[in-house]
Amino acid sequence: MSPDPMLSAVDVSRDYPLRRDAVHAVRGVSLEVARGEYVAIVGPSGCGKSTLLNLLGAIDRPTGGRILLDGRDVTTLGDREATDLRLRHIGFVFQRFYLMPMLTAAENIELPMAEAGAAKAPRRARVRELLEYVGLGERAGHRPSELSGGEQQRVAIARALANAPSLLLADEPTGELDAKTGHEIIDLFARLNAEGMTLLVVTHDAALARAARRTVHMLDGRVVDDGTP
Amino acid sequence: MRIQLALASLRQHPLRTTLAILGVAVSAAMLLDMVMLATGMQESFRSLLTRQGFDLRVAPRGTMPFDTEARIANAAATEAALARVPGVRTVSPVLGSTLHLRRGDSVHAAFALGIRPAMQGDYEVVEGSDVAGPRDVVVNALLLRAIGARVGDTVQAASGYDPQLRAWTGERTVVVRGVARFFYLNAQQEAMALPLDALQSLGGAATEDQVSVFMIRTDGREVAGVRATVQRDVPTVSALSTAEAVASLEQRVSYFRQLALILGAVSLAVGFLLVSTLVTVSVQERLGELAVMRAIGVARSSIALQVLIEGLVIASLGVGLGLALGAVTARFLNDILKDFPGLPAAMDFFVFSTGRAFRALGMLLVTGVVAGVIPAWRAASLPIATTLRGEAVG
Ligand SMILES: Nc1ncnc2c1ncn2[C@@H]1O[C@H](COP(=O)(O)OP(=O)(O)OP(=O)(O)O)[C@@H](O)[C@H]1O
Ligand SMILES: [Mg+2]
Repeated sequence: MSPDPMLSAVDVSRDYPLRRDAVHAVRGVSLEVARGEYVAIVGPSGCGKSTLLNLLGAIDRPTGGRILLDGRDVTTLGDREATDLRLRHIGFVFQRFYLMPMLTAAENIELPMAEAGAAKAPRRARVRELLEYVGLGERAGHRPSELSGGEQQRVAIARALANAPSLLLADEPTGELDAKTGHEIIDLFARLNAEGMTLLVVTHDAALARAARRTVHMLDGRVVDDGTP
Repeated sequence: MRIQLALASLRQHPLRTTLAILGVAVSAAMLLDMVMLATGMQESFRSLLTRQGFDLRVAPRGTMPFDTEARIANAAATEAALARVPGVRTVSPVLGSTLHLRRGDSVHAAFALGIRPAMQGDYEVVEGSDVAGPRDVVVNALLLRAIGARVGDTVQAASGYDPQLRAWTGERTVVVRGVARFFYLNAQQEAMALPLDALQSLGGAATEDQVSVFMIRTDGREVAGVRATVQRDVPTVSALSTAEAVASLEQRVSYFRQLALILGAVSLAVGFLLVSTLVTVSVQERLGELAVMRAIGVARSSIALQVLIEGLVIASLGVGLGLALGAVTARFLNDILKDFPGLPAAMDFFVFSTGRAFRALGMLLVTGVVAGVIPAWRAASLPIATTLRGEAVG
């Protein structure tokens, strides 16, 4: 389909075994995302969006099918390799921000860089740069509890960008925000995509979905419509 | 950053962390005290018995060791016989008796030791000078205070009070030459020492030519052989070697040792439970955070290390505090036990040994780390997606 598929899912499924039968959260999804694309995944609650996003981001492992990131099959990776992949190549943004409450904004952004073994000085410089990028240059020393929801989400985005990933995954990034604050996030994503970042966003937010250049519709664990709106 | 995260997590609950550290400190103090007690008595007694370099203790035959009433008659002849035994270098006779010290209207009964000043091993002079002539005495600080005298004062020493006649069988004027510290006497006992001849003659017929024990130094050849010869050649006495006395004591205090070791092990267990409880709770309430860290690429080993550091920090701070606490309580308990009637003042129950203390506390530190292993493993092996989902719902 696309000439340079950065991410491709081939007949991916994920079952959750329950007592008697299983929940088929994702049933045979195939999807290709090209480098630099901006894709929104939409669909009713419980249709398997988050499950799919976790599979694509190597947080979870599919029951069937293959997922290739830059041509590399991520479903066969051991925990160590999968963790390293998440650390260096994928950025995650969650609905509830999920910042470390006891760390400052700057320290939260620094965390993945420290884990990746970056030296202190370049770490600090990068944190400053990222805080400026998301418009929070003045809030470096603030803890999450001292920031608004929108500000926290911007710190979370900065954290996701810390190790310069090639792919950014976001699960309802505006879900906890009001429309105005949500727009700041939408603008930030548009700017990131304009600068070349590949973005995959799960959302119920029509405005966010509209901002994406391609919308994938899911229903009951399947992709039912995949195209530009 | 891992250390920072571990510290941050501890700082988040300052009260809880403080209580856990105090708990570990108490268990460390207990462990330290038990280690000090386990070997302290034994070592202290050993050094007490061996400090003067006497190898044999010769007592009247047929009496229990350390029986203070029994006496050896024909002391001069026995001493000469002992001195003739090959291998015997010094014979130091000691007579224990009771004397009354009179000064003005007050009369004080005191334990009196008759010794040869040049070779005695029962006391050391801490003030003034040692006895030299037949009218010299040294007293311990307690007795000096009791009779209200000072070094250089003259007092009346008397023995053998007869209540019917209201008279003394022997009495003489003596000079307090110095203050002495008696190694083998209880701290609460008023005591004095004077030349053996003087004490023997003061007691009249009751003590004439008598001693309680002879302490013997050998010339370094096999003590057991000298002992056997003494037993054979001097039929009125039996000899006990210092080594045997130490061994028999070690056997008697082995119960103490075992008790102390058991209690020490209990403190280790308490330390373990405290640290593992705290770390488990801390992991439990941060499952979401830990899962997020895993999701954004923090390695299992980093997560585990962070949890282990938490345990180590609590254990280290607790051990540091416990070291001080243990030292203070040991000194306090030691002072109480030293006053126990019938025990030598120079005896210690708690003896601090740096090596042993650090080994014991090192064990507690290791315990603190081990206590974190299960919660660390749990934190490291969280199912990421499921945990995040659970957190999002809750
Ligand atoms: N760990 C799990 N165990 C059992 N069932 C699960 C688990 N995770 C998800 N499911 C089920 O899988 C299905 C898809 O869930 P998922 O969270 O992916 O939906 P979603 O599209 O993200 O929904 P929402 O829009 O509400 O976030 C649901 O029926 C859900 O109950
Ligand atoms: Mg979802």
